[in-house]
Amino acid sequence: MSSHYEAPIREPLVLGEKSYHDISVDVGAPVLGKANKSWWIVFTIALIAFLWGLGCIIYTVSTGIGVWGLNKTIGWAWDITNFVWWVGIGHAGTLISAVLLLFRQKWRMAVNRSAEAMTIFAVVQAGLFPIIHMGRPWLAYWVLPIPNQFGSLWVNFNSPLLWDVFAISTYLSISLVFWWTGLLPDFAMIRDRTKSPFQKKIYGILSFGWSGRVKDWQRFEEVSLVLAGLATPLVLSVHTIVSFDFATSVVPGWHSTIFPPYFVAGAIFSGFAMVQTLLIIMRKVSNLESYITVLHIEYMNKVILLTGGIVTVAYITEYFIGWYSGVPYENYTYLSFGAATGPYWWAFWALIICNLIVPLSLWVKKLRRNIRWTFFVALVINIGMWFERFDIIVVDLSKDRLTSSWTMFQPTFVDIGTFIGTIGFFFVLFLLYARTFPVIAQAEVKTILKSSGESFKRLRAEHGDDHSHIQTVEEYPADAGPAANVEGKHFDSVFDDSNEEDSENNEVDFELHRGKIDNLLSSIGTFNPEVEKQDDLKKISGVGPVMEQKLHQLGIFTFEQVSRMTDREYDLLDEIISEFPGRAKRDDWAGQALTLKNNN
Amino acid sequence: MAATKIHAIYTDDDLLMQAVKQTRSANYHISEVFTPFPVHGLDHAVGLAPTRIAITSFLYGLVGLSVAVAMMNFMMIQDWPQNIGGKPSFTFYQNMPAFIPIMFELTVFFAGHLMVITFYMRSKLWPFKKAENPDLRTTDDHFLMEVDADNHDVAKLTKFLYDTGASEISLIENEQDH
Repeated sequence: MSSHYEAPIREPLVLGEKSYHDISVDVGAPVLGKANKSWWIVFTIALIAFLWGLGCIIYTVSTGIGVWGLNKTIGWAWDITNFVWWVGIGHAGTLISAVLLLFRQKWRMAVNRSAEAMTIFAVVQAGLFPIIHMGRPWLAYWVLPIPNQFGSLWVNFNSPLLWDVFAISTYLSISLVFWWTGLLPDFAMIRDRTKSPFQKKIYGILSFGWSGRVKDWQRFEEVSLVLAGLATPLVLSVHTIVSFDFATSVVPGWHSTIFPPYFVAGAIFSGFAMVQTLLIIMRKVSNLESYITVLHIEYMNKVILLTGGIVTVAYITEYFIGWYSGVPYENYTYLSFGAATGPYWWAFWALIICNLIVPLSLWVKKLRRNIRWTFFVALVINIGMWFERFDIIVVDLSKDRLTSSWTMFQPTFVDIGTFIGTIGFFFVLFLLYARTFPVIAQAEVKTILKSSGESFKRLRAEHGDDHSHIQTVEEYPADAGPAANVEGKHFDSVFDDSNEEDSENNEVDFELHRGKIDNLLSSIGTFNPEVEKQDDLKKISGVGPVMEQKLHQLGIFTFEQVSRMTDREYDLLDEIISEFPGRAKRDDWAGQALTLKNNN
Repeated sequence: MAATKIHAIYTDDDLLMQAVKQTRSANYHISEVFTPFPVHGLDHAVGLAPTRIAITSFLYGLVGLSVAVAMMNFMMIQDWPQNIGGKPSFTFYQNMPAFIPIMFELTVFFAGHLMVITFYMRSKLWPFKKAENPDLRTTDDHFLMEVDADNHDVAKLTKFLYDTGASEISLIENEQDH
């Protein structure tokens, strides 16, 4: 089918000669296999970090937020920094799955599942901070619009902090639903492939009984498209609203009209950096290099370049406007000469170096396609984007309008512990995800296999681009409908007489084909039961029990023998076993047998 | 009444597409097709009506918008007006700019969630629902076409399906309670 055409100058999105089944096997392997040692080591470290953070959170809640390093001048510090950082990271997933779906970017298929998982886990971390910051988290439900016990005093819908509540909860829940809907067919694949009854039960529940009916798929595709259409403005709105937390205030450095677009670009920038960090490791550990290729990494690096460029322009604009205003106070904002040379010079330069300078290296194609360098740059951007939020919050607050109250912020071990704890929690969730979820949207990847898969490309190269790789079957002469299927009109009997055999009594006419059988065996080799073991030929698709029996009668018992078949042997086989003409060639038995032989 | 079906299994999506077209043009009735991934154009080939789920989403979005407007109008304007930072709260339209973010969020919230719930209900997907794909391989790499065999010569239908390239064909006798 010509619709599978992919321009030869394009790099393939799926490497190697994969079949649909190979994709299932590769995606299912981390779930169906056992965890290796390095997984357990990393998981233990993450778990310890998480438990430490949990201890810090319990300490904070039971004692009060006085245990943090906040002071009278700096009333927001690491907590909101971490909140904005995590929310920002949570932007890449929906961008990949929604915006790139609307733009029909096929490369998203290999990375969207993990990016969405990362989004959800990051937003969970983000949500923790405002709740802890409330001091009395058990009253968190007061942010909901419910009449409280003092009378109907409602929540304040004029406040950007309340907008945050609605934006983040809508974003989290819609992302979760989007993610889960996409997971159903993949859970179903695991459910149907696993041998363990326990897994079968669990994945049966998780897959919601997905059966893959054509109507389900039709709705599935429509739902994905509409959700993408809804999620695209949603993802832009979330960080816009987060930036309103600052932009609607009157603190210099915060009160800035370019915050919404600049925050959104920064969020995508940091989100993609985190996706790179996670996927570069995961493609290695889970052996997914054929699906998450260097090309995917390069594409993501290009997004990083674009959004990093937007962020750079925003920084320069902020710096310039602050200076141009001539207001001395502006010299204390986070992007100013005063900040670059003041007590927080290191935070200023961390921001500039990590977010402006280091990502510039990605303009070089060699570096953009270098996995180690990409990993390094991604880590640097993660750090830089944390400093961006730290600078906006702490540097801007540290020098307020009253010089006598100028001060610095000193984090306590609780601040640090809580932050580390959320990183631990994030990795605990992600590592569990990597072991229990299909980490690549395999159903979607299967739809691009025919355009990207090597074996299909070769077929097109051999037969021309619009060649159908399926063999045209002979049209059944039933144009007049089933009513025309009357015996004697188009054919004499249903099957040829020679085919009327049941599988129990399924003899090949040896005498008739003696010469051909010898000829066949001489080229593919004979089977020696003394030294060789017979293979289960039914594993070759197209070989049923009947066919296997016949092959055995001919003396074909191993994949080795089948793999030696060429067109000549196929023709011989067709002459000997006449009822399946062309079947062996169409299904490429030799190719299949070769794979099976190598897998044994 | 015994409903007789024939399950024909294909190993390739293009082959399946061709088979579906041939089967329909031969006036056989395809009662169901199970595929491991969305096959582009298959719904059209099988003759399914387009789904209306996007329309429901639009309507749910309107509901969400109305809920947001009604809620904020009642809480901030009618029930307990307050002077918050000098923002005008005498009428809804004066205060509305501050309400736009939540109007948007609730529109998306309702449109997204109710559409997905509708999808799950219509396609009968929920936890503890038993999967109904007749062959386990249809979630992996096989494609199954279910053809009504009532009132047809099963042997001929089988031969026909074999000619369309089916790799396995099986006859299913379903005793239905009526």
